Amino acid sequence: MAALLRERPGKSAASRASHSPPGAQKKQKRFQRKRSIALSVLMFGSFAYFVVFHYGALAGNVIAFKDYVPFDGIWGSAWVGGSNFERMLDDAEFWHSVVNTIVIAVLQLVFYFPVPLALALLLHSLTWGTVRRFVQSIAYLPHFVSWVIVVALFQQVLGDTGMVNGYLQDAGIHTIDIIGNPDAFKPLVVAQVIWKDAGWGTIIFLAALSQVDEQQYEAAAIDGAGPWRRFWHVTLPAIRPVVVLLLIMRLGDILSVGFEQMLLQRDAVGPEAAEIIDTFVYYQGIVGGDYGYAAAAGLFKGLIGAALVYAANKVAHRLGEQGVYK
Amino acid sequence: MSTQARPGWMEKPRPVTQVGKAIALVVVVALVCVPFLTILSTSLASQGEVVENGGWVLWPTEPTLDAYRDILNGGIVTHALGVSIGVTAVGTTLSLLCTVFLAYALARPNVYGSKPVLLLVLFTFLFPPGMIPSFLVVKELGLLDSYASLVLPVLVNVFNLVVLRGFFQGIPEELYEAARLDGAGDLRILWTIVLPLSKAALAVVGLFYAVAYWNSWFYASLYMESDHWPLQQVLRTYVVAGEGLTDTTTGEGTVSAPQTVQMAVLVIATVPILIVYPFLQKYFTKGVLTGAIKS
Repeated sequence: MAALLRERPGKSAASRASHSPPGAQKKQKRFQRKRSIALSVLMFGSFAYFVVFHYGALAGNVIAFKDYVPFDGIWGSAWVGGSNFERMLDDAEFWHSVVNTIVIAVLQLVFYFPVPLALALLLHSLTWGTVRRFVQSIAYLPHFVSWVIVVALFQQVLGDTGMVNGYLQDAGIHTIDIIGNPDAFKPLVVAQVIWKDAGWGTIIFLAALSQVDEQQYEAAAIDGAGPWRRFWHVTLPAIRPVVVLLLIMRLGDILSVGFEQMLLQRDAVGPEAAEIIDTFVYYQGIVGGDYGYAAAAGLFKGLIGAALVYAANKVAHRLGEQGVYK
Repeated sequence: MSTQARPGWMEKPRPVTQVGKAIALVVVVALVCVPFLTILSTSLASQGEVVENGGWVLWPTEPTLDAYRDILNGGIVTHALGVSIGVTAVGTTLSLLCTVFLAYALARPNVYGSKPVLLLVLFTFLFPPGMIPSFLVVKELGLLDSYASLVLPVLVNVFNLVVLRGFFQGIPEELYEAARLDGAGDLRILWTIVLPLSKAALAVVGLFYAVAYWNSWFYASLYMESDHWPLQQVLRTYVVAGEGLTDTTTGEGTVSAPQTVQMAVLVIATVPILIVYPFLQKYFTKGVLTGAIKS
């Protein structure tokens, strides 16, 4: 509480006001308190959203320990202890969705992660500002397009009757079977993520690159360092913290891969290729009506996920980086 | 190519590098633009030409607006467009309002209860409640099949909140104190000093909200009956999943909509983003970075 009080700017205002007559000081203080209350009311009003839709829903996770029957409601349904979790641990379909999730996440880490970095280095190396800004604008754009549109665009370009196959047919080469092909699904989703987010992902790297003092490059060049040595000794150290941070955060979030992206395409390729933990929860609960079981799987993912983010953050701090929170 | 601002100490780039870079840039731009171009062209072509060419056109020989006329004459798509516009406008306004209040209260040190609220808000970032309980909350509140179910469950985004809070905290304390000595209350300070200084952050956060509402389809598929769907969910059903349009345009159901019509829906769902994008683009780096650095 003492720390709280010390931080209040009201105190500094009050001490400044102590030079003025005592009446003004009193008035000052009264204003201070009134204002804080008005803001508190607004704050708690908006915070009600979190209470209802986050903490209310969080409490709703009790159905993971129940046999939820819609008619009986959340509280009226019978307790079943940990049986939903026991069933989950024995469910091959569940474990298959876990494996799929991790495989896709790792593929993204290997094939997606370096792309924004490479693109950022390319853009940063351009000295012609107009070209750089133009390419940046174009490259950011797909980030703002919905997954529905991205999937539709990929169908249109790579599908059976799509553009690429049209050209291949005209050229007399055999066509490619990508859309709706379970074997091609994982590379396809990685390609979609690259198309949608690689451009946007450059922002944070470009920011780190722009922080580098131009004089460092100049000094290195005068000392006889060529482009590669300047890259190695000036550029890389500048972006290393960002790279490490993003990498760790992605590892902490490894149980989440694009839910909407998978859900949109799961029917076309089947659960064998496309089922991830989130779609498993969706199909068990929303589609299958097995709410208690689905909530158990969701809660399992939430708990492991939170632990991973927490651990990742710890590692980031250990490495001397900032992390997502302190 | 890049002779404009090369500092004196930098070597003249080799032609091979220059050509390589140019090719890479052209490829990047083409990969983004060509898919958009082909859907636009296909939507503007005649159905006959599209069928003849195998399902797509890169350049329509006789451009026609027939497909747009078909879907904008008061059928499912027209209604869905109205829903999307309404939800986006109302949702963005409410979200911005609540986010500004919360961010401002959490950025000021003299607000009663702000410390626990901040902790509780940040905790939701670490531990999201999960799909099934969220669905049940909406159901228990009786919000199923109401447009409120598309806005209220996603009213405040923690990332946007953190971005705005970071921006508000960056405003010099002297400005607050000067205003306070002039007798301004906290709300007046917010309105006359903080918000005008935060235009870039507000633009970016507003854009993020608007794009999220406009692009949202999953909640509509969860909560809404099909005659109240927004555009993206219509797009998902009739274009991505290829189900038939039971609509006034064809008169009969279950026939998959013509390719030109599908592409026209796709274009209409994309165009608003293309329109607002250039205006807000200049704020991106500024707005996003303050948030990223502060968080």
